[in-house]
Amino acid sequence: MLAVVCLSAAFIAGCAGGRSGKATGAPQPVLSLQNTGSDTLVNLALAWAERYMTLRPQVRISVTGGGSGTGIASLINGTIQIANASREMSAEEIAQARKNGIEPVRFTVALDAIAVVENPHNPVNGLTLGQIASMYVGAVTRWSAIGGEDRPVVLLSRESNSGTYVYFLEQVLRGGDAKGTALFSPETLLMPSSEGISAEIRQNPNAIGYDGLGYVTADQKMIAVARTADGPYVLPSARTVLDKSYPISRPLYMYTAGQPTGLVREYLDWVRTDGQELVTPLGFVPLAGSGQ
Amino acid sequence: MSNPSTVKTRASGPTRLRRRTRVSEFALETLIRVLGFSTIGFVLLIFLFLLREGLPAFFQVSPAALFSTHWYPTYGFFGTLPLILGSLLVTLLAIVIALPLGVATAVFVREVAPQWTREILKPVIEVLAGVPSVVLGFFGMTFVAPLVREVLGAPTGLTAFSGALILAYMALPTIITVAEDALDSVPRSLRDAGLAMGATRWQTIWRVVVPGARSGILTAVMLGMGRAIGETMAVMMVTGNAAVMPTSLVSLFRPIRTMTATIAAEMGEVARGSTHYHMLFGIGIILFILTFLINLAAASAIFQKKRKGGLR
Repeated sequence: MLAVVCLSAAFIAGCAGGRSGKATGAPQPVLSLQNTGSDTLVNLALAWAERYMTLRPQVRISVTGGGSGTGIASLINGTIQIANASREMSAEEIAQARKNGIEPVRFTVALDAIAVVENPHNPVNGLTLGQIASMYVGAVTRWSAIGGEDRPVVLLSRESNSGTYVYFLEQVLRGGDAKGTALFSPETLLMPSSEGISAEIRQNPNAIGYDGLGYVTADQKMIAVARTADGPYVLPSARTVLDKSYPISRPLYMYTAGQPTGLVREYLDWVRTDGQELVTPLGFVPLAGSGQ
Repeated sequence: MSNPSTVKTRASGPTRLRRRTRVSEFALETLIRVLGFSTIGFVLLIFLFLLREGLPAFFQVSPAALFSTHWYPTYGFFGTLPLILGSLLVTLLAIVIALPLGVATAVFVREVAPQWTREILKPVIEVLAGVPSVVLGFFGMTFVAPLVREVLGAPTGLTAFSGALILAYMALPTIITVAEDALDSVPRSLRDAGLAMGATRWQTIWRVVVPGARSGILTAVMLGMGRAIGETMAVMMVTGNAAVMPTSLVSLFRPIRTMTATIAAEMGEVARGSTHYHMLFGIGIILFILTFLINLAAASAIFQKKRKGGLR
């Protein structure tokens, strides 16, 4: 029994020793960077980080998702250097950051189209923004009302705190009117992931959904969108986002705590110039004037 | 709690113990006691944390708004009623599905199956309990949901019913194991008396053994419910997460949103310290109270069983 006590004492001491050793920390030979936020941006951010680390082997960039809100909260708490966001910081969040002595600085790093998708067996090809809005607020509940088959409409959306949800609500449901009060119909299915949306779209001919262009797989059908009934009905693509003919597109951001210096500055400069060549293959739209 | 007392009895045994041994015994006893009490302490601390983070919600949101029917947390509508009803609906439906299956399986394993079948079935049932819920959720999303939509003609397969099917599957191992133990504890004399009165084997099982084990079966149901109401991942993947008020029987075959899925889906991105943040902990408190009541009911069923003695 004595042996057991000694062993466990040694174990506890060992643990405590290990922990405190880590806390004091040996001087790190590598430069490291924490990058967290938007799930929309996470794949692109990973691609940038991986490429940048091959260019500069002494740099370590760790990228995680979790949503724009998570990234912004981490930036406010000072635990990361760069927050990815698919929406702008709210006034409330900026105030909170300032209270912590952090002045968030916004950089646009890419553009994103939000594609409206349906099951490939659904014959509807084009919808106006107004029609999409009236479906999502719950005014139109059957596909036949907008020229489709006689089926019920099943609305799919991302969870309510995702940047994509907020953008879609403000730009499509409220038509960009800041004073609008429209909300998603309570019948809207809030899917916890892009995979949840694509799985349901794939197998359910009643469903309509939306997601970032980079997340639309080949087995989903994209709907051409028009600003008014007179058209033109436009499919989302890099070209139609850049010439602004596709109506539902948005900038994607990286936020830093204060004007960036050193590694953060160098990384962001690279992302916004040479890094732009990684944007198109992942389904996003590179910044205009970046020579792409 | 029984551990420290056993150690104590041993330590106060022979008086000629060597000093070294006595010291080590004392150290071990103290260690075990500290560990035992710290478990209680941690539970208490978690509960206090839940109260500290959740109670502000009930002051920031008026009771009328709290129990209204609209849940749009990012736009200031905090009606929890659809979430509470959603959780209860899925849980009850799951139990309605799992109870007959579970009791019938327990009766089969305990009373009917030959020895060799029982020896295969019991470990298999225990393995069922080990399937991770995210795997069940994925199975539900890709297989059960399309089936429910096509067979029942619902607009979407992501419904309360699909969720209940998955939850019933998850509650089954608990229900079977506990119900089987209850059947096991029915005294042999009762079975013998039934058979001696001229009842057939089936009559003895359904009229004597199962009623004799009813308080144990009730405990099984309560534990199964506790398992089902707290389940998160599978439910979030399968029920569609639309915060709709379940108003009619049709609601069983429409999407709903549960309390657990709401907390899991929204906690990751909520601004710390906001009303929405406190509200999510507030839902945690409501869920805690519901689970506590269910466990209390289960415990009182066990207590009654013990007090009655005769039927055990």
